[in-house]
Amino acid sequence: MNALELQNVDMVFNPGGENAVAALRGIDLSVEPGEFISLIGPSGCGKSTMLRLVGDLLAPTAGSVTVNGKSAPQARLDRDYGMVFQNATLLEWRRILANVELPLEIMDVSKSERIQTARDMLELVQLDQFEDHYPWQLSGGMQQRVAIARALAFRPSLLLMDEPFGALDEMTRERMQMELLRIWQETETTVVFVTHSIPEAVFLSTRVVVMSPRPGQITKIVDIDLPQPRVFETREDQRFFALLTRVRESLRAVEEE
Amino acid sequence: MTERIRRWVPAAAVFVAALVLWEGVVRVFDIQGFLLPAPSAIVAALATETDVLTTAAIGTFATALVGLGVGSLMAALAAFAASRWPLVREGAMPVAIAANSTPIVVLAPVANSWFGLRSMAGGVFVVAVLVFFPVMINLVRGLMSANASELELMQSYAAPRRTTLWKLQLPNALPYLFSALKVAAALSLIGAIVKEYFGGSQERLGQYITSKAALFQYEEAWAAIVVASAFGILLYLLILLIERRAMPWHVSVRRT
Amino acid sequence: MSRRHRSRAVGSFILIVLGMVALWEGYKWMGQTTGGTWPLTDIELPVRTNDRAMPHVWDIVSALFRPATRAAGADLLVVLLLRAAFFTWRSAVIGFAAGSLVGFGLGVLFVRSSLAERGLMPYVVASQTVPVIAIAPILVVWGGRLELPNWVPVAAISAYLAFFPVAINTLRGLRSPAATASELMRSYAASQNQVLWKLQVPAALPFLFPALKIAATTSVIGAIVGELPAGMSEGLGRALLSFASSFSSSPEKLFASVLIAALVGVFFVALVAIAERIAIPPTRRLKEDTTMNVTPRLGNTGA
Repeated sequence: MNALELQNVDMVFNPGGENAVAALRGIDLSVEPGEFISLIGPSGCGKSTMLRLVGDLLAPTAGSVTVNGKSAPQARLDRDYGMVFQNATLLEWRRILANVELPLEIMDVSKSERIQTARDMLELVQLDQFEDHYPWQLSGGMQQRVAIARALAFRPSLLLMDEPFGALDEMTRERMQMELLRIWQETETTVVFVTHSIPEAVFLSTRVVVMSPRPGQITKIVDIDLPQPRVFETREDQRFFALLTRVRESLRAVEEE
Repeated sequence: MTERIRRWVPAAAVFVAALVLWEGVVRVFDIQGFLLPAPSAIVAALATETDVLTTAAIGTFATALVGLGVGSLMAALAAFAASRWPLVREGAMPVAIAANSTPIVVLAPVANSWFGLRSMAGGVFVVAVLVFFPVMINLVRGLMSANASELELMQSYAAPRRTTLWKLQLPNALPYLFSALKVAAALSLIGAIVKEYFGGSQERLGQYITSKAALFQYEEAWAAIVVASAFGILLYLLILLIERRAMPWHVSVRRT
Repeated sequence: MSRRHRSRAVGSFILIVLGMVALWEGYKWMGQTTGGTWPLTDIELPVRTNDRAMPHVWDIVSALFRPATRAAGADLLVVLLLRAAFFTWRSAVIGFAAGSLVGFGLGVLFVRSSLAERGLMPYVVASQTVPVIAIAPILVVWGGRLELPNWVPVAAISAYLAFFPVAINTLRGLRSPAATASELMRSYAASQNQVLWKLQVPAALPFLFPALKIAATTSVIGAIVGELPAGMSEGLGRALLSFASSFSSSPEKLFASVLIAALVGVFFVALVAIAERIAIPPTRRLKEDTTMNVTPRLGNTGA
């Protein structure tokens, strides 16, 4: 069973009106469990929209979205996925530990279990020392790590990430990418990752999905056959550059149309 | 166009339903006039008392408007002083905020003693003082609301202080000004009427309401209240209109 | 505020208060010397400066500590006024609590149902342009007719004035969380109540407290004014009325009452400010700028 199946998905905002916007058209995508998929494309190509369709934060105007063999709404109700946004969206009035506990509270998990799980998650992202701090006391990178810990708190099979490192500086970004890969390997989640950055997409993924400008369509899927686990040296590999070029050219070809 | 009209339907429906319910309840339960007059009775009273009400209303509204003008003007002067000199601002703002927390209408008997019962000056005084503090507080915040980047921009143009005031701080302050004026408009009306409760000419709404209430002529008293409310709403809408003209760019005025 | 900053602000505050006292006494002195006109002119001063119309500041303050009336064994003025103030304040508090609850409830209702918002919001806004104070005399007679205790209509007026800022700011606060926060809650399949209590209400607190301060002020004003036509035997409204009528014989008592009335308002707001300090850490408190900008747009209720 695939972790994710999109079949012939269309997304039109304000359908039938004068302000109708066709965000996505004819999207077909299959993702196997354990993959790391990046969605990349020019601004406005609908990659964030696609992510939200998977998460049942939006409903498609046509086509079907299947997560773990279920409909997207059912998957959401079953809490099959965790989501990480570009801003960490931590609740500023809660301490770090309580922030990670949030989804568990909503799922009515018992208090002692919640606290233990939250602590485990913070250990996973190596922030267990900060459980009593408030979000504003942490740097941007640290806040994102907390957001990842929170997203994984209920051990979802799917992780949806919308440009989570976009607001970070380059060096922090590269460190976070390594962190994410380590967590991905330890938890064996399937990841769908939206990004603007070609090196980031190539470095992290098993496959890169290249999208066209609006209305977004999948123009090319590039297999990233770099060895696992990825290390810092991977970025200096010849194959890495070749793949960067392949992705870059796919993007340019699309833009020139 | 139809979309906008459609947006108002629920509100209009509530209004009509409330009126109908009110009239119905009064009739069905045969409620006495001194307890709750029917809308129809109030309308009737409006018709019979039109002349008296008009005179009274004009007197009260004039007081409210003049007081609003005087108070706002003084508040603007004080706000400029406070925005210009930090020392003034630090002392004046807490005083203004504290004064704003006090029931200023209690100055009414003082005003009566100072200016005499019949003179309009007493009412203008109370309204002006009432309006002064919220307008000043809001204006100071508005004038100080220009952010660091905007100020730096003006500095990079070597703009003299007055230019910065006119071209940057005043436009920035407009939303705050209008917000304050809306509050002040309501306050001016309330101030004028309450001042009149403390005594004064019969030809004012405040006295009219109290005397009609004392005589158990509630239809007339409610009619006067309707007149006062109508004026209050009109004043508010007038300010809204001016605001739309003055600040077409502002987020709260934009129509998406 | 840093310590230096704070002591500078306190110093400024005291200076301005002293300045106002100086202005008062200065105006009086000027009037006495020129005989009631502006200096070097014949134009009459707007307010007479004799001790009848404008008692010396010291007389006003000292009047507080003298007996209120000539009757034997009468309380000190300050005691009488404080007792009246407490009576009024009680009605104000009840009105404040009731109004704030209603306001909060309306905020929650409007955030849940845009139909309710479109139908009722114009009336919420219009309610404040209606001078409810105009209705005070009528409310008082109703209260009498229905044989309610006399503080009920007074509290009702306070509640009417208090609910508006609370409703508007609650709505603003409940809507304040970023879109991603709402999406997050949706991704957890959180129920509406969970979203309300775990996200929206905590986010609304920094908006709620400034509104509660405004409501505190207006509820005191409403209570005092509500007492005026009531013919009540207790309360600040009654005190003000009786000292107003004795203004010619002892003007300083009226001014002293005004002072006490002012202090009641400040006291109540200070209480709310303390509550705010307890409930919200400094990093979360709203900057002053946003507190007064609470007037909703009559035309764009949902935008």
